[in-house]
Amino acid sequence: MTPPRTPSDPPQIGRSRRRVEDRRFLTGHGRFLADLAAAGTLTAIVLRSPHAHARILRIDTAAAAALPGVRLILTCADLRAEGIGDLPCPVQVATEAPLIVPPRPALADRVVRFVGDPVAFLVADTAAQAQDAAEAVIVDYETLPAITDATAALAGGAVQIWPQAPGNCAFTFRRGDAAAVAAAFADAHRVVTLDLINNRIAAVPMEARAARGQYDAARGQFLLTLSGQGVHTIRAQMAAPILGVAEDALRIVAPDVGGGFGPKNAVYPEYVLVLAAARRLGMPVTWQASRTEDFLTTAHGRDNRTRARLALDAAGMILGLEVVTHANLGAYLSPGGVGSCTNSPATAMGGVYAVPAVCMEVRGVFTNTTPIDAYRGAGKPEANYIIERLLDRAARETGMDAAMLRRRNLIGAFPYRSALGMVIDCGDPRARLDAALAAADRDGFPARRAASAARGRLRGLGFACFLETARGAPGEWAAIRFAADGMIELASGVQSNGQGHETSFPQIAADRLGLPCEMFRIVQADTAQVPRGHGHGGARSLHMGGTALVGAMEAMLIRARRLAARLLQADAAALIYADGSFSVPGDARAIGLPALARAAAETNETLDTEHDSPLERVTFPHGCHAAEVEIDPETGAVTLLRYVGVDDYGTLVNPMLTRGQVQGGLAQGIGQALMEEIRFDHDSGQMQSASLQDYCLPRAADLPGLEIAFAGIPTDANPLGVKGSGQAGCIAAPQTVMNAVLDALAPLGIDDLDMPATPMRVWQAIARARSGG
Amino acid sequence: MYEFAYQKPASANAAAALLAADMEAKAMAGGMTLIPVLKQRLNKPSTVVDLAAAGLVGISEAGGVVTIGAMTTHAAIAASDVVRAKIPGLAEQASWIGDNAVRHRGTMGGSLANNDPSACYPSAVLALGGTIVTTKREIAADEYFQGMFTTALEPDEIITAIRLPVPQKSAYEKFRNPASRYATVGVFVAQFAAGVRVAVTGAGQNGVFRHKEMEAALSKSFTADAIAAIKTPADGLNSDIHASAEYRAHLIGVMARRAVARAR
Repeated sequence: MTPPRTPSDPPQIGRSRRRVEDRRFLTGHGRFLADLAAAGTLTAIVLRSPHAHARILRIDTAAAAALPGVRLILTCADLRAEGIGDLPCPVQVATEAPLIVPPRPALADRVVRFVGDPVAFLVADTAAQAQDAAEAVIVDYETLPAITDATAALAGGAVQIWPQAPGNCAFTFRRGDAAAVAAAFADAHRVVTLDLINNRIAAVPMEARAARGQYDAARGQFLLTLSGQGVHTIRAQMAAPILGVAEDALRIVAPDVGGGFGPKNAVYPEYVLVLAAARRLGMPVTWQASRTEDFLTTAHGRDNRTRARLALDAAGMILGLEVVTHANLGAYLSPGGVGSCTNSPATAMGGVYAVPAVCMEVRGVFTNTTPIDAYRGAGKPEANYIIERLLDRAARETGMDAAMLRRRNLIGAFPYRSALGMVIDCGDPRARLDAALAAADRDGFPARRAASAARGRLRGLGFACFLETARGAPGEWAAIRFAADGMIELASGVQSNGQGHETSFPQIAADRLGLPCEMFRIVQADTAQVPRGHGHGGARSLHMGGTALVGAMEAMLIRARRLAARLLQADAAALIYADGSFSVPGDARAIGLPALARAAAETNETLDTEHDSPLERVTFPHGCHAAEVEIDPETGAVTLLRYVGVDDYGTLVNPMLTRGQVQGGLAQGIGQALMEEIRFDHDSGQMQSASLQDYCLPRAADLPGLEIAFAGIPTDANPLGVKGSGQAGCIAAPQTVMNAVLDALAPLGIDDLDMPATPMRVWQAIARARSGG
Repeated sequence: MYEFAYQKPASANAAAALLAADMEAKAMAGGMTLIPVLKQRLNKPSTVVDLAAAGLVGISEAGGVVTIGAMTTHAAIAASDVVRAKIPGLAEQASWIGDNAVRHRGTMGGSLANNDPSACYPSAVLALGGTIVTTKREIAADEYFQGMFTTALEPDEIITAIRLPVPQKSAYEKFRNPASRYATVGVFVAQFAAGVRVAVTGAGQNGVFRHKEMEAALSKSFTADAIAAIKTPADGLNSDIHASAEYRAHLIGVMARRAVARAR
């Protein structure tokens, strides 16, 4: 038994407690989907379309079905015959006309629309047998022209991907006061225009997607175990709409999950297929994506083409911002993809600046590509990229100092209501800007640039602010449960898929209950143990999950106080709760929480308490980052020399975990800026970056120390004062790095470059500039 | 991966006999290319003939020639006192092939037999004018490399050693594919009393090639300036999402100049 805390123990919140889960992860004892032993599990393989767009003329599975070990082969016809529904697309976005949601069966119905579109599902005793079977299936295709670029897909004469979506347009979305923006541009002293591509990127979680289906025929119960990040959302989309069963007939469990980043919130065809096959066969069926399958079929992020215009007055004050975007959605609508280019960027459009008039027009476009969904930041990186690139361009066009231009326009007083309706409760972006520039030693930069130039290198210093609007799905559920083994369970509807909740949530509980961290155990990601919740996404875990947990603890303590009063024969209101026990002031009567829980159990009572927190508010992490780069003009190679930032995440529960979250996000944002890009061949629609041999992720050696200082103003949006830190890194980094790259290239007259700033792309820009074009 | 039989013969000749007896058998000399290919079902050998026990490991020097056993790993070459003293460009080249795990499994013979157009070693062997020693014969480097993934090797012929003349100076410069770390362009320069040889890997559609124009210029003056004006045509060079033919042509010049400047 762990000794109780003493009054002299310092608070846990604010301590960089080392990650409890890392012993398991770092010693190979994590339990990821492929680690789970299931007696008699069968292995499934998905036969996928090799074409970006084709008609399926014939599928012949006879030879495959006759191969040894083959248990089942499913095609779309089988799913339809069993009454299995299409993947739903529940989206709440106020589009101009109703959103066009084309049917998405788990296996393609007569037409395939992207490379990797599932065509048949093969279940066998072993993986090799399933692969043999997949090779023996004969599919006759009639290939059709394919289109991969959103703007090209909107153009007249482009191939039509869905008959119900003329011009390949799924929706048009408008937000903001277009008349006010038009007036601002009419009055403008200067208008800055920029065409930007926010490159398509892949999350590339360390654990590729995977799922196992089981079916208990006697009870009519499905069990889906998956590498996912939001079991309740997935259950709601699968139970009734796809399987035609009540939610309580589908249990979903996620074991250890090796990274989610957004794309693992979506329902995928393979989840449906493992369950359908398990029901048919009465045996567990497991599917594990290969890395290339993960590239081809796990939803991608970003992929926007934007024309952005900024209106300024003569003093450099921003008058208005107009954003027109073609958002590539892929071949099918994945639910998070619609919000990621509409509602989500709207929350952060204009960033940390006082922009009096903003309007957005977004057209969502079908193409013959992998569907797009939410990926870390999901719209907020795109919004911040637009304003911060525009401001650097504006500084260059007006000759104003980029920091002065920003300082003039930064939001100065809080709460601040943005042109698109967000109320930002607190912050101090001016202080962050000044602190970041000081940390970056901007004053010393000219000397460093000269030293680089002496070595034939181009040096650049870039900086950018960022505004995150963190919440994710509103509201959350939590419970406190006293387990038979003496541990206190913290059950929550949020989910760690690597973030460290097993470490940070006990810190919150330890302080609230006055007990040691070691007494607490996390329960998550199992619909049988957690009745509801919204999982992981939107940097919501501490804000939403922590708030629900605090609420559950407070409610539990009210019950515990009543019970303690009864047992101690004392007045409940007079009891003092401290260091894990209730005591009567002035005498020796006291009872600890664990003893109370045991006493409750003896009388068939319980202190177990659940709590629904209806929290709607958003938190507003923000900060300013600066990057220094050096470019080898002969090769175009960009070296990131230094990266600093000063950020506000409110109260830090565990600064080390916060730092880890920010650093991981920065690596992804720097990757987007310099290396990462999902590429398709324009003619064939084949993905050209479907492996780590071609899709470049940043390695540790590519990154300098990421020097992030914290300057938090606690928010009153939640009882902990926390602001979400999970997405901020990849929201802040792309524009910071690109502004640095463009600063380095400025002496050559280069004023525009799209991400990723790969060596070839930088060299081509240099070559063009030097040849005068 | 398809099923296959596995053999680990104790000599190169025994391995060659296995290959001769079965045209579907495949030799494995480290497996850093073969195993990923097998995992993706891109090859279906009847038998994998593992050369790990064939006794082809070791590095020696005699009479101005460094001899490297075919199954010597990149890590061993990079760390070899002999190679570092006699052909520093080769030691350097071996030290940044792949990653640490690859360098301890992959072998020089395996890389040369595979002749990947982006592999590093072909440039060293060609620039040094080396000799490929096999179970059947000795093949001069100029005859050995015959195009992308194509060599003079017969199906049942196994490389046993590589002989490399010791140059006066050598160096290798590689511009890495950012994702795979293979050579987008790699240039090996080797200066001998009889002249300079320059070999380029990663760039050519037909694999490694000698840059004769640079060789002539450098044989007159072994300085970076001597080749500064040489423009390599983009015709015949590879183009992919990471590097166009024009970019590769440009990089050949940059890498060659840097190699010359650093040669020792």
